[in-house]
Formats: sequence, C-alpha cells, structure tokens
Amino acid sequence: MAYDLIGKNFTPPDVAAKVTGRAKYSEDFRPEGMLFAKLLTSPIPHARISNIDVSAALAMPGVEGVLTADEVRQPPAPGETVLTNEPVFVGQPILAVAAVDEATAAEALERITYDIEELPFTVDPLESLYPGGPDAREAGNVANGGIDLQQIKWSAQDFAAAGEGQLPEGTPADEWSYGDVEAGLAEAELVLDETFVTQGISHHSMESRSCMAFWQNGKCHLHASVQSQSFATPGVAGLIGIPMEDLVFIGEYCGGGFGSKGAAYPIMAVPALLSRKLNNRPVMLRITRHEEYYIGSARHGFQGRVKMGFRADGRLLAVDLYIVQENGPNTGFSDWHSAADAISIVNTPIAMRYRGIPVLTNTPPRGPQRGPGQNQMAMAFEPLLDKAANQLGIDRVAIRRINAPEADWRYGENQSPLTSVHLREALDIGAEQFDWAGRMARNGQRNGSKVRAVGVGQAYHSAGGAGFDGLVVITPEGQLHIHTGVGNLGTYSHTGTSRVAAEVLKCDWQNCVVMRGDSRKHLPWNLGQFGSNTSYTMTRTNYVAAMDAVNKLKEIAAMDLGGSADDYDIGEHRVFRSNDNSVGMTYAEAAQRAIELGGRFDGHEVADDLNPMTKASAAGVAGTGLVGVARDNLEQVGTVPALAAGFVEIELDTETGTYEIIDYLGVADCGTVIHPMGLATQTKSGAVMGFGLAGLERHIYDPQNGLPGNVSLLQSKPPSYLDVPSVMHSAAVEIADPMNPIGAKGIGEPVEGCAAAALVCAISEALGGHYFNRTPIVADMVVNAAAGRDQSHGPLDVNTA
Amino acid sequence: MSKDMMAGFELFQPDTLQGAVDLLARYGDEAWALAGGNDSFDWFKDRVKRPSYVVDLTGLTELNGIREMADGGVEIGALTTLTEIENNSLIQGRYSILADAAGRVASPQIRNTGTIGGNLAQDARCWYYRYGVDCYRAGGDTCYADTPEGQNREHCLWGANRCVAVSPSDTAPAMVALDARMHIVGPDGEREVAAEDFFIGPDIDIERMTVLEPGEVLTAIRIPADWAGSTFYFEKVADRNTWDFALVSIAAAMVVEGGNISRIRMAAGAVECVPRRLSVVEQVVTGQPKNEATANLAGQSSVRGATPLNFNHFKIPLLQNLVTRAIRDA
Repeated sequence: MAYDLIGKNFTPPDVAAKVTGRAKYSEDFRPEGMLFAKLLTSPIPHARISNIDVSAALAMPGVEGVLTADEVRQPPAPGETVLTNEPVFVGQPILAVAAVDEATAAEALERITYDIEELPFTVDPLESLYPGGPDAREAGNVANGGIDLQQIKWSAQDFAAAGEGQLPEGTPADEWSYGDVEAGLAEAELVLDETFVTQGISHHSMESRSCMAFWQNGKCHLHASVQSQSFATPGVAGLIGIPMEDLVFIGEYCGGGFGSKGAAYPIMAVPALLSRKLNNRPVMLRITRHEEYYIGSARHGFQGRVKMGFRADGRLLAVDLYIVQENGPNTGFSDWHSAADAISIVNTPIAMRYRGIPVLTNTPPRGPQRGPGQNQMAMAFEPLLDKAANQLGIDRVAIRRINAPEADWRYGENQSPLTSVHLREALDIGAEQFDWAGRMARNGQRNGSKVRAVGVGQAYHSAGGAGFDGLVVITPEGQLHIHTGVGNLGTYSHTGTSRVAAEVLKCDWQNCVVMRGDSRKHLPWNLGQFGSNTSYTMTRTNYVAAMDAVNKLKEIAAMDLGGSADDYDIGEHRVFRSNDNSVGMTYAEAAQRAIELGGRFDGHEVADDLNPMTKASAAGVAGTGLVGVARDNLEQVGTVPALAAGFVEIELDTETGTYEIIDYLGVADCGTVIHPMGLATQTKSGAVMGFGLAGLERHIYDPQNGLPGNVSLLQSKPPSYLDVPSVMHSAAVEIADPMNPIGAKGIGEPVEGCAAAALVCAISEALGGHYFNRTPIVADMVVNAAAGRDQSHGPLDVNTA
Repeated sequence: MSKDMMAGFELFQPDTLQGAVDLLARYGDEAWALAGGNDSFDWFKDRVKRPSYVVDLTGLTELNGIREMADGGVEIGALTTLTEIENNSLIQGRYSILADAAGRVASPQIRNTGTIGGNLAQDARCWYYRYGVDCYRAGGDTCYADTPEGQNREHCLWGANRCVAVSPSDTAPAMVALDARMHIVGPDGEREVAAEDFFIGPDIDIERMTVLEPGEVLTAIRIPADWAGSTFYFEKVADRNTWDFALVSIAAAMVVEGGNISRIRMAAGAVECVPRRLSVVEQVVTGQPKNEATANLAGQSSVRGATPLNFNHFKIPLLQNLVTRAIRDA
C-alpha cells in the first residue's frame, strides 16, 4: 500500500537539540537551591549493616541530610531495594547523603561509621545448587517472577551423574514439553549433547540513571532517565509512595537503556524522598559510572545444556534444553523462559522439552537486556546448528531454511500461534545480497596466519502488544497534536509511530506536533519502549485515536453541512463531501465546532474502556480542540514475532586471536517499514552491540571476594568504532503483518542476536569447526584454540576470565 | 566506596622545572606530579590515591617538543603528547617503531592529552590494585591476583614477586628496543638512566613501577642515533582495537645486512612488571638469516622459563607468535 508518511524518512523533532547539545537530560537541570546526593554503597557482596552513625557527617558544614533504609519502603525479598541494611551485591546503596555539593557529600560519606557483618555469598549458580553451597540470600537461592524465594539444592548424585564438563540436570523450577522428545532423539540421524555458558553483561547506558526531584504545590517533580514515559509512571509514583496524579514525571531524553530503564527503577525514589525530607529543596542524584555498573542492571548469564536430534536432511526432530539462569540477587527477568521460546520459534523442533532454574548470585541485579534470553540462546544454539550442518554435509543457510517456521507454526509450552513469520525470506534475501554462495567458496581460505570465514545467525523477539490507548487533538489552528507516552530511547519511534496518526488523518507533517516526554503534556497510557514492541503497539494506538478523530470530523461535517458521516471524506486538512469536495470545512473549523459541541467531540466525554491515565489526559486536553481518543481494541491473535538473520564475514588471525569483521548484513522481518533510516540504524547498531556480546564483553566477578572486575567502559570493553566495519548493510523482508493496521512489527532486539550468533559461527568456522560453547569468545580463547591448548576456564565457569 | 568524586587537594602550577622540583621535594610523599592526567585522575576520582598536593607540570614549556640531537638522535620532551609523537616526521622517519607504538596507545582523545612521560611512568593496571584493595602494591599484605581463583588473565609470565602486575605502557617496549635514555631531574640534580633500567619490578620496589624517586621528574627521553632507520617491528595485541591495554606487545629494532640479522634489540610488553628485554632471542637470532626458520627459533626461545598463572597461559603462544612475526614479517 502506498503511504505518504509511512516508509519515508523524516527528521525527528528532537534531533537538532541532540546534535547541538541543547537537549537537557536529567543531569542537566539546575533549579535554584539544588542539593547533591551521594550514595553509601556496600563494599562486599552480602552483608548485614548495623549501628549506622551519621552524626559526624551531619555535623559537617554543607551537609543537609541523610536518607537511610529505615526511611524507605522495603519490598518483600527478593525485590530490588531503594536502600538496604542487608546488601546482596557489591555497590548496593545503603544510604544517601545530601549536601550543597558533591565533594562535600562524598567527604560526608567517609565520616559515616557502621558495623558490617559479612554473610555467605556466591557468584556461581552451580556452587549454590551443590549440597551445602552458599545461598545469595538468607531466605534462599532460587527465585524469579512467579517463583517465590526458596532454597533448592541438587543432590551430589545429580552432579556426579553429569558427564565431565556437562551441566548437571537436577530438579528444575519450571519445565514444559510438547511432542515426544525421546522418540525424536531416538529417531535422529545425528544427536548433539552440548553444555554451554553465556555471560551476563552490563547495559553500559551512556547516560547513567541520574535523577533530580523537588516538590512544589504538593506534587513531586521528577526528572529521570527512562526508556518509557507513561508505562513507567505508575511504578515511579509507587516507589515514592504517592498517587500518580501527584507526580510530574519528566523524561524527555534518555541516553540509552537497552532494557535497563524500561520501567521504574528504585534509585529514582532517592532524590524525591530526600527532597521531601529537606523541605522540598531540589535534590540531584548523579549516578557515577562505577555505580551504573552496580545498580544499572545486567543481562542474565546462562549455564545450559541442549540435546538436539537431527534428521539426515537437517530437520530438527527434537530438542531437550536445560537452563540454569544466573539470576543476580533479586527477582530478575524471564530470560530463561524466553530462551526456550526462541528455539521453538526460530528452529521449530518437532518435539521439545524445556527445563530451567533461576539461581540467585551476589552479582548486580539482572534485568532485561536487548533480546533477554533470546539473544543468549542465539549465541549458544546457532553454532550448534552449524556443527550439525557440517556433520550432516548440509549448507549452513540450508539447515536454517529447512527449520525456519511456517505460517501455521505453533510454538512453546502453549503451542501458541504467530501473527506473521518470514524468517526464511530473510535468509533468502540475506543469502542473495551477501552472496553467501560466493563467499562460502572462500570460507576457510588461509592467507598466512589469517583465515577468512563467514557466519550466519538468526534471532527472535516477541514484538508487539495490544490494549493500550491513543490520544490526538486537532486544534482550532488546524494543527494535529499527537500525544504519545512512548519514551525516547533514541530510536525515534516516538515520532515514527506518531506519524501513523498523521497518515490516517492525511495531515501535512509540518502541521503536526508530537507531544511527549513530560506527564504534564497529557499523555495516553502506552506500553513501555522496550521489547521491540513500540512499532507494532503504538502504531495501533495512534491508528485508533486518529480513526476516532476521523469519525468525529465526519460527524461534525454531516451535522453542519448535511448528509451522513459516511458521505464525507478527508484530505488536505479538510473534511468534505466525497462527491463534491467544495462542500466541507477545514480541520481548524471542525476543531472549533468540536469545542462548541463539547461532550465526546472535545474530550469532555470519553469511552469507559480507557485507562485512567488516558482519561486524565483527555480531561486535560478537553475543550482545546477535536479530541480523538481510543483504546486499541483491534484484533490480535498470536504472538507478534520480530525475526532477523545476520550474515558476517571475518578474517581471523590464528597467531594473535584477533579478527577483523570484513562485512556485515542484517535482514529484518519487521513487517512494513515505518522509518527506513531508523531501521537501518537499528540493524547496524544492534549488530555492533551483538559483536560486543559475542566477542568482547566479559563479566568478571572474583569468586574469592565477590568483587567486580569490570566497573568501567575500559574494563568492560564494549566494541569501539575500530572493532566493527565502517560500512555495514541492512535489508528488510517488507511483508506486512496482518494484525497491524499498517503492517508493522518491531525489530530492535533480534538484530542484535542474529549478529552475535553470526559472529560466533564465523569464528568457529575460521578455526575449522572449533565450537567454544561459550561467549564471549575473546582473544585468549582463540589463541589457545589455535595453538591446541586447553582453555583457562572450566566448561561451566561463569563470571570468569 | 564513593567513587568518581575527587577528594580535595592543593594545586600548584609552576612555570619552571626548578619550581616544580622544589615543590615536589617540599611535599615529598604527599605530593603528586600531574601531566596529561589520564592515569592520575583515575586514581583521584576513585579516591584510592589521595595526594594533598598536586604539582601540575603542564606549564613547563621546556618539557615540550621533539628536537634533533647533535649525534643524529632525537630528544623528546616528557610532556610531548602521544599524538605529536605519532605524527612527527622525524620520529616517523627514523624511529617508526615509536610512532607506531604511540599510535596504538588508548584512543585518539587520550593520545591528544596523554604525554610520553605519563605513558612511560604510568602505574600498574592490575584490576584488583586499581579497585583499591589492600594488596602488596598498595601497601597491604596480600596479592589478590596470584591465587588459584584470582582473575589474572592480564597478568605476568615472569617476575612475580608478591605482585603479578605487568608493565602496561605501549611505548615502553619501543623505548627499550631503541635503547632510549631517560633524563631525570630531581632535588639532587640531573641523571640519565637507560630505558631498560628505568622500569623496576616488585623485587626492587613493589610500590613503584620506575626508578623515579619522590621529587624527581622525568623531563626528556633521548633516543640515540644507533637504531635510526633500522628495520622495526611493533605489534600490540589487545581485545579491542582502540582504548585498551596490551595482552602482549612486541617491539624490535634490527639491522639486517645481506639477509642476516647483524644487530637486534627486542622487548615485550605486558608479560612482566617491566618491559621484558628478550636478550635470549637477540642472542639466538644475531648473525642468523632473517627467515622463517630463524623466526620460529626466535619464537620458541622467547617463552623459555615463562611461568603462567591460572588464566594467562595463552600469553605463551601469543608471545611466541609475536616474536616469530617480529623476525618473519619485519
């Protein structure tokens, strides 16, 4: 379908501020009288703090106050705390000091005395599962969403029964299966039984989670770095302990989140609570780079084992997957479940069993990170597809094609349907554009110590939701105001999805204003900007709101100009008779009439099924124009899958363990493309992040003392611009999703996972089929492999070199 | 545990070398000499090193610049930035090994502010030590890295002595290969020290990486003409191609006459607490044809006696490969 705006590039309204430095992030605000807060954090991984004495700190000139754990709400364990007297990881905030400047606050922290009792800790889930092993919390070692904190120990027999270097498979915390896995494995021509480890790395958001708050007229004004605007608001209010209407929440810009700022996070409450305690004085809490590595969240690591049975033609007959999720000390996220779903969708085993257990460790809190679960699984599983392909004598793209999902595929525990799947098309487009066949001809070719190799990878993430609200206003000036509660993660999808409203209303984009970034701007209830869902979910909300506006325009026209609403059409900022466009009125005139008519036309009356936040926002704009507001009740059957295939060529130096990425192509199955430049940027930047995940970023925790080995960008080693190709390529399948009014679905996460998997596969190919079963594959591992030496780490070691 | 916030100190900004030396001498152990700040500010912001007095050397213009010496060598002021060295035509023409090494330090931004003096005199990068633990090097009584579970991937193959940190400088091995001389000025006057002797291991002083005594300032590096225009080889292997320290680096200067290696100096970085002069390799290859066989012998000889820790035995093949390449590919 031809669109005026969808599928066209645009200049995002906030881009000029970003490139000129005018954009104000949370840390940039300086209201008069503002204090600075600093955090006292735990020096050890698990402790009990008592006898805190802040008197010397409070006696210092310039120190205005202290906030302790006793003054904040404590969530039930293993929830993430604002402040705590029982820290469960190094760097966990214990208390906060507010002073006239940061230097004074930092000095004050050093004058605070307290007793600290060391408690048992662990940085390795398997160590905790072993009989008598340490628990990360006093109340247990296993927890996750839907799984209460409890102690689970496996038996020594479970450990002994596992083969050398193989993952033991004791009692899981969750399991499901479909089909006959045993029969599938028995019938298979080739069975692989592989143990693997994937690391959990920090999010490295360039903007740390600094926040500033003050109270005015009974309301708390909070500036914070969040991916999501509306979706985060109830949680933020809850953290502060106030009703949502008493919160003014400003998050116009967000310097990166990657999942870690998808919703409210506890540290946001500190400046708000300090401010309230200190007579409403503004309080700024700047989170340092070190602190960001403690409280900024990290991806879950996996210790896993997978048995895979293949037919002679490469068809995957059965998969038996076990995942031990390194859960961090808190509730954590659902990576372990998502990993299993990803296999079921991307590789479509005819029978599958999944077992898993999330085990607490005294490492940073874990949360969703771009492709949580799916991308770890891609890095672990895709090289094993290659291993099978090579053993069965099948091309590596071909084995993926034969296992790619069909339209009617049902996946996972509940055998759920999918809205649209075009992974096979993505593989075909990629293979052609990348010249897979041509490059395969030189795969493994040696030039001195250097070897050329190609890799292909695939990944998935669910990419859309339903049931949220849209809100637009046509003003008496004839402008279209699109109110969006999407955050500003940097993808510009706040505007990309808003353009759907303009498309529906056939508005000149120059005449549209995107209202966002501040709860005072009357924002609708939207899903958070995470989970690759924005493109799908908020095109639907903006579509239904715009359709509501279209209907009201036609009703008003019919009322004033005769006939019925069906007799009218819209275009060029007018509503007019379909058979005589001279009979009509401008949007400006219609908006004025809406105000005169009141009621549902100008937002004074709204549908009951709207979220209370949307109702409040509609009330806020009521009387200012023609208001289109609606809940997304459009049909949705099935999970919306974002899928992607990545193709990479590398040249690996066997003498140094390093490699150059020669070329990369990412192909997205994302439905209708909304914003071509945005998609290309997502595809390539996702690949950069994936290359770091696959090949650079280790997560080090010293098992002796629980100290973190990477608390800086230098130590953590996300890829630099010299570690990736200066030119990369992207493409899209561009087949519309039937459950979205414009055919869009999300893409942000699998474009990382497919690149990571492709790189892991290419490295293995360059080494003649050496499968590390571990990420990241860093230079020392390649050197050892090339030299035929053992690796320094054990096969199941985690958080280690 | 409050990091990323400097503690207060008194800042001096002398404009003469003598003034700087006087200040450093006056405050002794409480003083800190500051140049580009890339190492110092890390320590200060982490509140691990907390000098009371900081003497900013950047106003000492006499310590800037690259000059040709009468004997055909060059003198590099200690405040000369790594970018200047990387791009200097004299260095590029005569001592390309040093331009290459300087160009592989950290990132362009850091090279723009980082000085050659600071790069050579920088402190150990052992992550435990940098974290602020009470290890031997920090005046404590243990080493966190040299234990069965210590995360010591980046640590040493030689010279362990209560500390297993390595020399992190990219330019240091090049200076040793070039037989550079370090010009030092202190309260007791001037002295000159060979690059090879400038760096010291924990066996000599566990709390220092160089011979610089409190109050002394490295003012210049003098590179003799001996190796000007030789055949050079420099290579640094790191996890990342920018903003990273070496896993192993190699620097070699050699004179090849009639296909034979007549003279050679070679040093490796990141395998010992000092840049490791590979004297055995030099002996093995001197007088030998510069070919694959000699290169392989060189590689094999370079790793004799290496004593790996639990996570760094990869440095043995890596060093062997780099030494082989230095002979084979130079």
